[in-house]
Amino acid sequence: MRIVIGILLICVVAFAIILTVVEIPFGISKTKVGTYYIDNGVEQTGAVNIVTSVVLNYRGFDTLGEVTVLFIAALGLGAVVYTFERKKGENTKTPASLVLNTGCRFLFPLILLFGTYIFIHGHLTPGGGFQGGAIIASAFVLVYLGCKGRNSEKKNFVLFESLGGLIFVVVGLLGFIFGGYFLSNFMPKGIPGELFSAGIIPVLYIAIGFKVGSELAGIIAELL
Amino acid sequence: MIFVTFLVAMMIISAICAVVFRDLVNAVIAASVVSLIAAILFYFLQAPDVAMAEASIGTALVIVIFLIAIKKTKRYED
Amino acid sequence: MMSFINSYIYYIASFGLVFIGLFILIAKQNLIKMIIGINIADTGVNLFLISLGYIRKGTAPVFSRPNLNPRLMVDPVPHALVLTAIVIGVAVLALALSLAVRLFQHYRTLDMRKIKEQRW
Repeated sequence: MRIVIGILLICVVAFAIILTVVEIPFGISKTKVGTYYIDNGVEQTGAVNIVTSVVLNYRGFDTLGEVTVLFIAALGLGAVVYTFERKKGENTKTPASLVLNTGCRFLFPLILLFGTYIFIHGHLTPGGGFQGGAIIASAFVLVYLGCKGRNSEKKNFVLFESLGGLIFVVVGLLGFIFGGYFLSNFMPKGIPGELFSAGIIPVLYIAIGFKVGSELAGIIAELL
Repeated sequence: MIFVTFLVAMMIISAICAVVFRDLVNAVIAASVVSLIAAILFYFLQAPDVAMAEASIGTALVIVIFLIAIKKTKRYED
Repeated sequence: MMSFINSYIYYIASFGLVFIGLFILIAKQNLIKMIIGINIADTGVNLFLISLGYIRKGTAPVFSRPNLNPRLMVDPVPHALVLTAIVIGVAVLALALSLAVRLFQHYRTLDMRKIKEQRW
């Protein structure tokens, strides 16, 4: 009975939505804000990757809000997990086989290096803090699943996460003191295409990479 | 163009499989196949940043969180 | 028919995913299956947002080589919005799953009909 009502409701909503979506043309430039950012992005910010300059320079306040939402979600998850019931025999972890153990310990620094490379070069190639942080978190998950019964230490994750958030807000306040508004680009811009260019954008992406990576790894270590 | 149509058909069939399966581990694997094909479609729409984010977050980390939650509750749907 | 599919295939894909996710939310009773439905609907909406900014024969918005035509680049503003939306989706999913595990430990069942009837 619920299935029939569900299909009927979705057919009614789908009919209304299809009448609207058919009017939208596909593959034609629709807005003027995007063309303004592409034309003036490289001179005003110094970053070669336009998506990075939109995320961290033109719409930097939205990134601060998103970092706050991640922090609140991790806080809420820690509070709910604190009230779980623990059974008696759950903390004995059986060790994995020798091949798996050696392979995971060999791969862990390589994956960490790859994730760090992605978020340091965020303003030159496609990439950035969120993608590099997710790769670092998956390196930690590999160690938890493959190596010999490692206990999860949560204090280091909390330390790096707080440090990343603190650096983001401090750089924003320094921009307020030197430039006149919050998150202004006060460091020298340099030549576009070099590693040390684009003002505060590499510093902010390093802070975001540390924060997102240790946050996602901390969420999985908390649930395990 | 034919390749894109084939990928979209695979994505919709895999999403319908996520509705129908009763074993929850199978349903989670079908949902992660949907996320993987969405990452390939992001690459065809000339968005490499978003494709990297969806492939690493939606395919690898979400399935680990689901499997830990299924281990602590029941495995079958009924 | 071929030109119709040619121009609207991405809209069909994204709204198909949204409707399948909504159908799981209406018609199924297991709590973890409902959370899988929310995940599928999230993916569909992100695909729709990115397909709005596509320009035919366009390229990615990165000035990697010296001579690139800035008129043929895709719109960079939806990319920034979708990056934020993907990460927030994962955070909300983790919180929802921890609440589902806590509900199971209190009521010993994950069926929505039984949990709604046991309130008072």
